[in-house]
Amino acid sequence: MANVMTRLEPDTRAAARGLSDLTIRNLFIIPTIAFLIIFNVFPLLYSLWTSFTDFRASTTAPANWIGLENYRELLSDEFIWRNFTITAKYVLISVSGQVVVGFGLAMLLNRQIPMKGLITTLLLLPMMLSMAVVGLFWKLLYDPSFGIINYFLGLGKFEWLADPQVALYAVAIVDIWMWSPFVMLLSLAGLSAVPKHLYEAAEIDRASSLYTFFRITLPLVAPILMIAIIFRTMEAFKTFDHAYILSSQPTTELIAIRLYKMAFLEWQTGMSSAFAYIVLIMVVAITNIYVKYLNRAKAR
Amino acid sequence: MAEVKTTREVVMNRAAIAAVFVALIVMLTPIYWIASTAFKPRSLATTVPPTVFFEPTLTPFAKLFVRRSQMREPVDQETYDAAPWWEQLIYDDGESVVRNRRSGEITPSGYWDRYKNSLIVSIISTFLAVSMGTLTAYGFSRFKVKGENDWLFFILSTRMLPPVVVAIPMFLMYRTVGLHDTHLGLIILYTAFNLSFSVWIMKGFIDEIPREYEEAALVDGYTRLQAFWKIVLPEALTGIAATAVFCFIIAWNEYAFALMMTNRNAQTAPPYIPSQVGSGLPDWSVIAAGAFLFLLPVAIFTFLLRNHLLRGMSFGAIRK
Repeated sequence: MANVMTRLEPDTRAAARGLSDLTIRNLFIIPTIAFLIIFNVFPLLYSLWTSFTDFRASTTAPANWIGLENYRELLSDEFIWRNFTITAKYVLISVSGQVVVGFGLAMLLNRQIPMKGLITTLLLLPMMLSMAVVGLFWKLLYDPSFGIINYFLGLGKFEWLADPQVALYAVAIVDIWMWSPFVMLLSLAGLSAVPKHLYEAAEIDRASSLYTFFRITLPLVAPILMIAIIFRTMEAFKTFDHAYILSSQPTTELIAIRLYKMAFLEWQTGMSSAFAYIVLIMVVAITNIYVKYLNRAKAR
Repeated sequence: MAEVKTTREVVMNRAAIAAVFVALIVMLTPIYWIASTAFKPRSLATTVPPTVFFEPTLTPFAKLFVRRSQMREPVDQETYDAAPWWEQLIYDDGESVVRNRRSGEITPSGYWDRYKNSLIVSIISTFLAVSMGTLTAYGFSRFKVKGENDWLFFILSTRMLPPVVVAIPMFLMYRTVGLHDTHLGLIILYTAFNLSFSVWIMKGFIDEIPREYEEAALVDGYTRLQAFWKIVLPEALTGIAATAVFCFIIAWNEYAFALMMTNRNAQTAPPYIPSQVGSGLPDWSVIAAGAFLFLLPVAIFTFLLRNHLLRGMSFGAIRK
């Protein structure tokens, strides 16, 4: 790292007085990098090692090197594949739900609405509040006998969380409720950046509103919407908090929940480290795509 | 600009306004339900049909902070009259405050300790993350760093990891060095978590401050550090405040690390509040009271932050 940090072209002559720019830069940047290496990279190297062992943190038995055995076992375990399938389904439902609701809200708000600022802020509240604590109260809302959802929708004693077929949708609905505001916020920014003269031109040409939407609005909002979608995909992939609190059904066992159970309830430390690494590689891949889009959006 | 509105447009606009209000009601109902349940007596919290209109009471808040037990027989009038108002509320609900047999002192519930832990951990980690983040952001903003984008990507990537992935090795390390279930342990984790966020956001804010300001100061004989301290920091103050509020909210809301890295001593409110809903019949009004006090600061902060939400939620990528 030191090698990277030593080259610097002084762009002012202030280097002559006080600390040199080079020193200041290193002083400002290196502690952060070091902190992140010590508390993020180093632990990950450590768990890379444990992923090749049969280590269990609940016993004092020494760890035995077993090579790729954990990875082999995980990748051939059909239950793990089920966790991945559940997660993929969950991500698909919740992200598409968020895009529809969020973008729809943004389209509605992109007009002259009284008290628009206040309404927008109020609509953003769900995403700011604790997912764990608010998620918990959806248990109360979903309750088959006294929950308000069944009451207002007239669903009688509909089982949201106890029915294994429905529970995943119930968890995804909470996610949609929480994070649609995020898609809305980004879409609003995209919509407000569409030049007004394009709409005026379309109106002069007597373009249909459908045509205007698909030929003007959507293409111009697409880059920012894409950022929202990738970011939400990444986050939905990692969902833990409200899913873990709301449901203990095997049909809602997302990857993060399986990983948590494997590591902290079953104490299969070595195996869970290997699992964590598989997840890690997937997350890094999605992050890469995300950052690429971010930079592209910034460049505009 | 004069606009001629057709009847169709007026109708469309009215329909949009109506739809927005319906959406607003639907989106806010869960939050309203938490807030209203916090002011309901226990008997009204889980009624069929749901109770929407009721006389608000502070009983759930009185119950929230003390340990209570169910009373077999009603309290005698003398004790009731001598009790403070909040204890009378608890008596009214058929429960009594658990007291220490010898000293007669009230036994507090676990809530306040968890709330205090949340405050300690969130405030300290926010302070650390924002101060380190601001310096690093300045470094990246003003100086040439070889492989700048790679470093920034590295910083961001540390934040994208699922908490469980980081928690497995951290748990083992913390256990070895005795940081498990300590405030310091959580503070370190939250600082690391927020540091990458604060570097990215602060870099955006600092990039917006014209370099000419500092260069003028350097010409006037300031050192680089003085220019940073006296010119850049005051200019970046709004950004720093917004970043700090964001970091505080993130740390305050964090659940997974707190669940895995703490048991009792350093446990924060997010894992504690759901643990109150065990088997049996939970007292939802008391849980709602706890949740209400926990969510309230964030709700207030959201209003303070409203102009910075877009930037914060997009890691500084979109500014408007």
